[in-house]
Amino acid sequence: MDAEQYGEEARDENMNNTSNINPAIFAKRKRANKIGLTLSMGAMLLGMVFLFWILGVLLFKGFSAIDWSLFTASTPAPGSDGGGLANAIVGSLLLVGCCTLISTPIGVLAGLYLSEYGDRSRVASITRFVTDIMLSAPSIVIGLFVYAFIVAQAKHFSGWAGTVALALIAIPVVVRTTENMLRLVPGSLREAAYALGTPKWKVAFKVTLRAAQSGVMTGILLALARVSGETAPLLFTALNNQFFSTNMNAPMANLPVVIFQFAMSPYDNWVELAWGGALLITFAVLGLNILARVVFREKVQG
Amino acid sequence: MMSNMKTMFDLNTIDSQGGKVETTNQHAEQGAINALEVRNLNFYYGGFQGLKNINLDIEQGKVTAFIGPSGCGKSTLLRTLNRMYDLYPGQRAEGEINFYGQNILAPNQDLNLLRSRIGMVFQKPTPFPMSIYENIAFGVRLYEKLSRSEMDERVEWALNKAALWTEAKDKLNQSGLSLSGGQQQRLCIARGVAVKPSVILLDEPTSALDPISTGKIEELINELKHEYTIAIVTHNMQQAARVSDYTAYMYLGNLVEYGKTDEIFIKPKRKETEDYITGRFG
Repeated sequence: MDAEQYGEEARDENMNNTSNINPAIFAKRKRANKIGLTLSMGAMLLGMVFLFWILGVLLFKGFSAIDWSLFTASTPAPGSDGGGLANAIVGSLLLVGCCTLISTPIGVLAGLYLSEYGDRSRVASITRFVTDIMLSAPSIVIGLFVYAFIVAQAKHFSGWAGTVALALIAIPVVVRTTENMLRLVPGSLREAAYALGTPKWKVAFKVTLRAAQSGVMTGILLALARVSGETAPLLFTALNNQFFSTNMNAPMANLPVVIFQFAMSPYDNWVELAWGGALLITFAVLGLNILARVVFREKVQG
Repeated sequence: MMSNMKTMFDLNTIDSQGGKVETTNQHAEQGAINALEVRNLNFYYGGFQGLKNINLDIEQGKVTAFIGPSGCGKSTLLRTLNRMYDLYPGQRAEGEINFYGQNILAPNQDLNLLRSRIGMVFQKPTPFPMSIYENIAFGVRLYEKLSRSEMDERVEWALNKAALWTEAKDKLNQSGLSLSGGQQQRLCIARGVAVKPSVILLDEPTSALDPISTGKIEELINELKHEYTIAIVTHNMQQAARVSDYTAYMYLGNLVEYGKTDEIFIKPKRKETEDYITGRFG
């Protein structure tokens, strides 16, 4: 193949004549290729080993805890037998659900602003910078912040405080994915909309956002997957509740904090429940990730 | 803004349904009505001058083609006619473009209204991510309030105009993206026609299409020119010769020659035009 590139010269030469190729350089390149491949395969294997190790241990220890009462009974009192995670499951769903209701509109609108309106303006670049910091902010710091501003003021832990803490973590994720997905929409589509005499806000909402719909959905799902496993911010905000409660103004049970507390407890049934909860939450996150991929793939197929 | 709006419609002598208004016939012998008159137009991309002192008239109810090598400014010129360039900071035009006597480069020009009167179809098909029906209804709803049945009629009318009705009538609720490339482009033309503009700008509308779809769109242009003023940019000189009444040859931001298509193609006045048309260029 190399010989072909030499055009006229190659015509006179036999294809097998590789006199212009330095064997040492060729061998070196092959060696470098091999080393690179081995290293990347090794890195992949290392990652896979730990992933399957974690999943294996979770399945092994958690599976025995999965039964009907896990979903129907509330967390047991110290010393009592049995019990389940119903209050924690419902609490987690409520917290994450309310977090979605808050973070989706804010995140999507901010992303829309960054991509369609702000573009390279000062406000937009500052917003982008702050969002990036928020993305990598330790979640415990966000928990402490909400504790200081909501829990300490209200003088009690509450589901709302937990929701706000989770939303603060989810919003930056939604903002950045929304912006990136909107930027993937070709400019020609926007121009076509403007060419009909469409006002700017209508172009943004009805054409661009719609074209990026599934990408934006994917971003929201990934943000949900991220917050549904967060423990630190909930420790300071929603705390925990031994009883079944749907009152967002009161402390609220949730899976991550229950796992945290039960795993460190001396009671065998509590530890088993913690494994069951860990299994549930892992598969919920896995499910969200798979759903996000499916939603995104549908978009690519048009 | 309101006074602006009024004049734009008053000055527009095209009856969008019935084609050319009587006056056209009266003027036919004496001299035609110009839909657009470009005067001393200079255009800048930041520091780069894309168009140099362009002067030309685009006659109502005719097809005007812009030809020339890549980068000669023909698309730029087209994009000044509906002020598409305004979307991008750093691009600016100087001079005058009179649309039935009203200077559309004036700073107080309402751009959305202007673009609803001077529609545009682009090189790549750009169906909106919605159903075929909604693709067409979208533009209509911006400026008109129609009942459901009136809208149905309008959609059918526009799809008929774009020769797409027979192919699309059974799948109006399917996504516009489900159509083939050529059908998508005709959908875009239908979408542009549906808002009943008076001028349609076509920016290389067939360069992404196969010969059969191209043929259909050329037929369409011949149909549409009875009711609309059309300006088309094309890389394909045969296409310019086939569809247009007037041809403008542009080179490096200058308008080299402009005249009746027959004259330009048979006996061009300028040597440069002849070289380009006969393929001796470059």
